[in-house]
Amino acid sequence: MKLGIPTKLVLAAALMSAATAVQAQGILRIGMTATDIPLTHGSPDNGFEGFRFSGYTMYDALVNWDLSSADKPSVIKPGLALGWTADPADPTKWTFKLRGDAKFHDGSAFNADAVVWNFDKLLNKDAPQFDARQASLVGFRIASVASYKAVDAETVEIKTKAPDSFLPYQLSFILLASPAQFEKVGRDWSKFAAQPSGTGPFKLDKLVPHERAVLIPNKDYWDKTRVAKLDRLELIPMPEANTRTAALLSGQVDFIEAPPPDTIPRLKSSGMTITANPYPHIWSYHLSRLPDSPWNDIRVRKAANLAVDREGIKELLGGYAVPASGHLLPSSPWTGKSSFVVKYDLEAAKKLMAEAGYGPTKRIKTKILISASGSGQMQPLPMNEFIQENLKEIGIDIEFDVVDFTTLTNRWRAGAKADQNVGITGLNYSYAIVDPFNALVRYVKSDLHAPNGVNWGFYSSPEMDALVAKAQNTFDPAGQNEILGQIHAKMVDEALFLWVVHDVAPRAMTAKVKGFVQPQNWFLDLTTVSVQ
Amino acid sequence: MLSYIVRRVLYAVPIAVGVTLLVFALLHMAPGDPVNAVAGPDAPADVVEALRRAYGFDKPLPYQYLLYLGRVVGGDLGVSVATGRAVAGELAQAFANTLVLALGAAVVGFVAGIALGGVAGWHKGTVVDHLATVVSLIGVSVPHYWLGMVMVILMAVELNWLPAMGMASGDAPLFGLEQVRHMLLPVLTMAVIPTGIVARSVRAAVGETLEREFVQALKAKGMRRGAVMRHVVRNVSPTIIAVLGLQFGYLLGGSILIETVFSWPGTGFLLNEAIFKRDLPVLQGIILMLALFFVLLNLVVDVAQAALDPRMRRT
Repeated sequence: MKLGIPTKLVLAAALMSAATAVQAQGILRIGMTATDIPLTHGSPDNGFEGFRFSGYTMYDALVNWDLSSADKPSVIKPGLALGWTADPADPTKWTFKLRGDAKFHDGSAFNADAVVWNFDKLLNKDAPQFDARQASLVGFRIASVASYKAVDAETVEIKTKAPDSFLPYQLSFILLASPAQFEKVGRDWSKFAAQPSGTGPFKLDKLVPHERAVLIPNKDYWDKTRVAKLDRLELIPMPEANTRTAALLSGQVDFIEAPPPDTIPRLKSSGMTITANPYPHIWSYHLSRLPDSPWNDIRVRKAANLAVDREGIKELLGGYAVPASGHLLPSSPWTGKSSFVVKYDLEAAKKLMAEAGYGPTKRIKTKILISASGSGQMQPLPMNEFIQENLKEIGIDIEFDVVDFTTLTNRWRAGAKADQNVGITGLNYSYAIVDPFNALVRYVKSDLHAPNGVNWGFYSSPEMDALVAKAQNTFDPAGQNEILGQIHAKMVDEALFLWVVHDVAPRAMTAKVKGFVQPQNWFLDLTTVSVQ
Repeated sequence: MLSYIVRRVLYAVPIAVGVTLLVFALLHMAPGDPVNAVAGPDAPADVVEALRRAYGFDKPLPYQYLLYLGRVVGGDLGVSVATGRAVAGELAQAFANTLVLALGAAVVGFVAGIALGGVAGWHKGTVVDHLATVVSLIGVSVPHYWLGMVMVILMAVELNWLPAMGMASGDAPLFGLEQVRHMLLPVLTMAVIPTGIVARSVRAAVGETLEREFVQALKAKGMRRGAVMRHVVRNVSPTIIAVLGLQFGYLLGGSILIETVFSWPGTGFLLNEAIFKRDLPVLQGIILMLALFFVLLNLVVDVAQAALDPRMRRT
């Protein structure tokens, strides 16, 4: 039988596809939203996507996140530390007992000296391993640390400047890199990033910048319940959402982050599995509290919160969102009990505006800073236009200043008082609300105004500061949760933000991907995944 | 000829210095602080300042420029603020990846463009001409980004014949079958514009030359079509080479849109990333390199034109 050229081409293509399918056994290829492989030296950039893929895959912290459950919010658990205690007599003194059985990927032992060495890389400017960039990326997490020392090979003592019960949470972001490997690569963090060595469940096999990182399992991982099942994990940067979708549909990757909501029906009809789960993320307007801000009137803030049709926005997002009832998800242990209920109630909103002296003849005109895209910003343009229409109904006319995400970040860090933010009374910035500091403290503490932190709107309240101090002084977890709940309830009662929705992090994967659990968290445990 | 080349090379020096100054000034005038863009969100002011010092962004701008110029002359393009990797290495890799695409797109675009334009010019006013003109007009007008998407949907998603994005994994040989399969869609997308532009230029040049008196004279003398065509080609080639050179320059510059749609890690992809991360050293490096390429390419084109057309040497 003679085959025509078209038939031959089709056969060749089919054979090539078959070859790809055979190769793909036990290999998980992930299309990330990042433009490059997030930094691999243990202090990732690219926000929490960096921690998700370049961080907790290759590294551990003293305190890790328990990402095994999809049904409840993730909590912290012992990582490279077996346990920790704050001295009841002097709560600034913490003792961390370390695991004796962990090894770095280069074979060197993990011990107390390695912990001290890693603290030095972030806090001690005179240490050879000090790195200004890493210090800027994660150093603020341990800003409360005053000193640290190795007591013995398996014990570290950390002293904080003032009592700080959030320390274990903050330590979950300090990933521990191998001192021996740093010496081996000639004390150069850039070279270390090319040949990294942590203690995590995966190790780096190959890094091609901007193209892919290939990770292989660490078969000697100390936690035998979390030895990776995959043969190989490939991380591929694909910043363009449609490219990620096409790559998944054409079989070039097995798993993608953040498919655009309008492509999800198509992905489903092609047999892809879509996972989604609420996680600690909030899409909101951070409001300015400077003297000229219209948001200083609590009635206006409450009215705005009552005017937004969150179910409508959820529909706009294809159902992939959870309407916000405050800063935190209702399932969070720190939600507390507020008396103000964030919901859609146009009449109540109009009534509050009238009480505040606004009406058809006297409207509020103000400007909000937004971005056209960006990490965690979901679909910023249509969502903001939707809110603009909602607020118009109660007499608030908002105008947008649209900038790119980096500029938004710059202007967010600069604070509402900065010259570049003159005339701006609110900013649409999505927040990761994963630990007590990120979830609550950074927005309300009065000493975290720019340039010391991201209390962007210059909110200041002695009662709130007292609550934060009390939470930092409470070392029993249940008691701490209780006070954090009071902080959140106060935020909601004061309607400090205009809260809109929480993202649910949709992900799409082929039916061959098994064992994936999407926790209620920004991070993932990829050790349970296999590709069959 | 040699003195002509030497003179042209010397002209390139002030252009290159001018480009560095312009790029430096523009990037520092643009909004967005490179240090703020790479520091962690909650980094306190003193840590950000320490980072600024570590990268040398705390020094006065003229001093920073002179330092930069000094390093560039010594062949050091600096280190990426975002990744800590050497800019020269990043650029070399990205440029090699773009070159692969540019060469492919140049071959496809130039061959198709010359063939289309030649046929149209030779048969001016006929149906063939109109057809070729329509095709080249589509080539010039069609949006790259859209075409790339449509090609991906058709060839990768629906038919599953070609990969949707990226290069073949690092182990695959550069021009092996796997790499060629990855290249096809971006190359075809990228070739569309040069095809259109080259076709239009060739059509105009051929048509115009055919109407000139010497061609009429050659025809009147009874010269065969093939021989007339040879004369026409010789006369048309300097113009066409100038167009091809410029087009090749654009292709070498990489396309932000195409490389982003196809996640192809070339200069366009790198440029896009550097813009969003305010990675000044990388941005400066890419723009300087692209500018120098244009200078070099213009030089090559001028020399080629001079070689083909003795009249050019006198100017």
